[in-house]
Amino acid sequence: MSNLDPAQAARQSRMSLLAKSEPSRLAALFPALADVPAHTWLRTPEVGAVMVRGRMGGTGAPFNLGEMSVTRCALTLPTGEVGHAYVQGRDKDHATRAALVDALMQTARADEVQATVLAPLTAEATTANSARAAKAAATKVEFFTMVRGED
Amino acid sequence: MYVAVKGGERAIDNAHDWLAEERRGPTDVPELSVDQIKSQMTLAVNRVMAEGSLYDPDLAALAIKQARGDLIEAIFLIRAYRTTLPRLGHSRPVETDKMACDRRISATFKDAPGGQVLGPTFDYTHRLLDFKLAADGETPEAATADPLQGDMPRITEFLNRDGLIQTEEPSDETPRDMTREPMEYPAGRPLRLQALTRGDEGFVLGMAYSTQRGYGRNHPFVGELRIGKVAVEMDIPELGFAVDIGEITVTECETVNQFHGSKTEPPQFTRGYGLVFGQTERKAISMALVDRALRWEELGEDNLGAPAQDEEFVLSHADNIQATGFLEHIKLPHYVDFQSELELVRKIRSEAQASTLKEAAE
Repeated sequence: MSNLDPAQAARQSRMSLLAKSEPSRLAALFPALADVPAHTWLRTPEVGAVMVRGRMGGTGAPFNLGEMSVTRCALTLPTGEVGHAYVQGRDKDHATRAALVDALMQTARADEVQATVLAPLTAEATTANSARAAKAAATKVEFFTMVRGED
Repeated sequence: MYVAVKGGERAIDNAHDWLAEERRGPTDVPELSVDQIKSQMTLAVNRVMAEGSLYDPDLAALAIKQARGDLIEAIFLIRAYRTTLPRLGHSRPVETDKMACDRRISATFKDAPGGQVLGPTFDYTHRLLDFKLAADGETPEAATADPLQGDMPRITEFLNRDGLIQTEEPSDETPRDMTREPMEYPAGRPLRLQALTRGDEGFVLGMAYSTQRGYGRNHPFVGELRIGKVAVEMDIPELGFAVDIGEITVTECETVNQFHGSKTEPPQFTRGYGLVFGQTERKAISMALVDRALRWEELGEDNLGAPAQDEEFVLSHADNIQATGFLEHIKLPHYVDFQSELELVRKIRSEAQASTLKEAAE
C-alpha cells in the first residue's frame, strides 16, 4: 500500500486534509465553487465509529484504545467521477462537501477546487499547527549549570 | 406472593422537569453553551472521552452539560450513545513517534534529545487560588519561539539500542476487543491496556498509588511523557489505500522500571505503558504503573498477592459505569426482596422469643 501512483497520493493527501478540517471552514469555503453539479449517492452519509488502535510501548503489538466518531459517504457526479469521504465527527453535510471536493478534483475543475478550497484549508492547517508548535517551543527548558564553589 | 404495582409516573415526570430546571440554575445567570464547555472545560471533556471510550469533544461537552457536571453520569451517556453507532472499522495503530507534541518531558534524562518541553502544564504552579479569574481577569498571551524541527525521538529507544531495556516486539496481531466479546481471564496485555485506558481515573490512580506504597512495588521512572496530536489512519477498502480519517490528542506515558532479571531474562529495565485520549497525564502515568504491575507473570516476577498484580481484580473493578450501575441499582425499589427479608427476621425473632418464654416457664 505504500507504493501509490501520483493520483492516488494526491487523493490520499486531500482526503486526509478534508477529514481533519473544521466543518465550519469547509462550509465557509465551499460556496465559492459555482455550479456544483448534482450528485447521486453511492452511499448516503452514515455516522459510525472507528476503533482507534495503539501499540504497546508505542512500538509493540496493537491494542484497542477506544473509538472515534466518523462520518462517511460516497457519491457520483453526472460525468461519472466517484467521490469518497471519511471525516472525523458526525457532520453529514461536512462529509457530503468533502466527497464533492474529492469528486470535483477528478474533473477539469481540479485547479479551481484546489485554489478555492484545498489551498486555503492547507494554509490554515499549517498556520494552526505552527502556532501551537511555536507555543510549545517557548516552553522548552534551557538548563544552565551553576558555577560551584569547589575550585 | 408477587404483586406487581404501578404508579409513580406523575412523580417521575415532575422529578425530571425539576431536574431540568435545576440543571439550568437561576435564569439571571447566562446559560453555559456546549462550545464553552468544549473549549474551557477541556480536561473534563478529555476525561469523559477517555472513560466514555469515544473521541468526540462535542458529544462529551454535551454530556457534561446534560449531567450537570457529574462526569461519571456524562461518561454513562457517552457509553450509551456509542452502542448506537455502527462500527465502520478500525484504524492503523497510531504512530506516537510522529506526534505533534504540546508537551514532552523525561524524568530520566535531563538532556534528552528534543528537550524538555513543558507545554500547558499545572506543574510548577503554586496551587493558590487565582482571584483574577473570578474578576474577569485578562489572560496573558502565550509566548512563542521557533518551532522545534523534526519528530521527537522516543526516550526508551535510546535504552533499547544498548539492550538496557526489554524490547517491545512489534506485531500486527489483531487485538481482542472487550466491547465485542465478553471478558475472559487471563485477559492478556492488549485487553488489559484497553480496560485500563477506559477505566476510572480514580480507581486506576488508586491502584497505581498502591504499587508506589509497596503493594507490588515496581520502582517506576517516567521515561517519557508526551501529549499532542496524532493522525488516525485507516485502510479504506474501496480505495485500496489508507487515509487519515481525523486527528486526536492523546497522552502517552512510558515508564522505565527496575528489573533484577529472572531465569530467562538478563538484568535490564522493563516498561509500563499508558496511552489515553486527551490531555490526561495523571491517568496515563497511573495506567503505565498498573500495566507494569500486571506484567509480573510474563517477566517471571513473584506474585506478592498485591491487589495491583491481580488482573481479574483490577480489570473487573476498573470500569466506573459497571461499578456505578451495580452500586446505584440498590437504591431502586427492592420492596419485595425486603419484604421477604423482613418476614424472615420477624419469624426467627418470634421463634426465638417463644423458646425463651418456654425455657423461662420450665
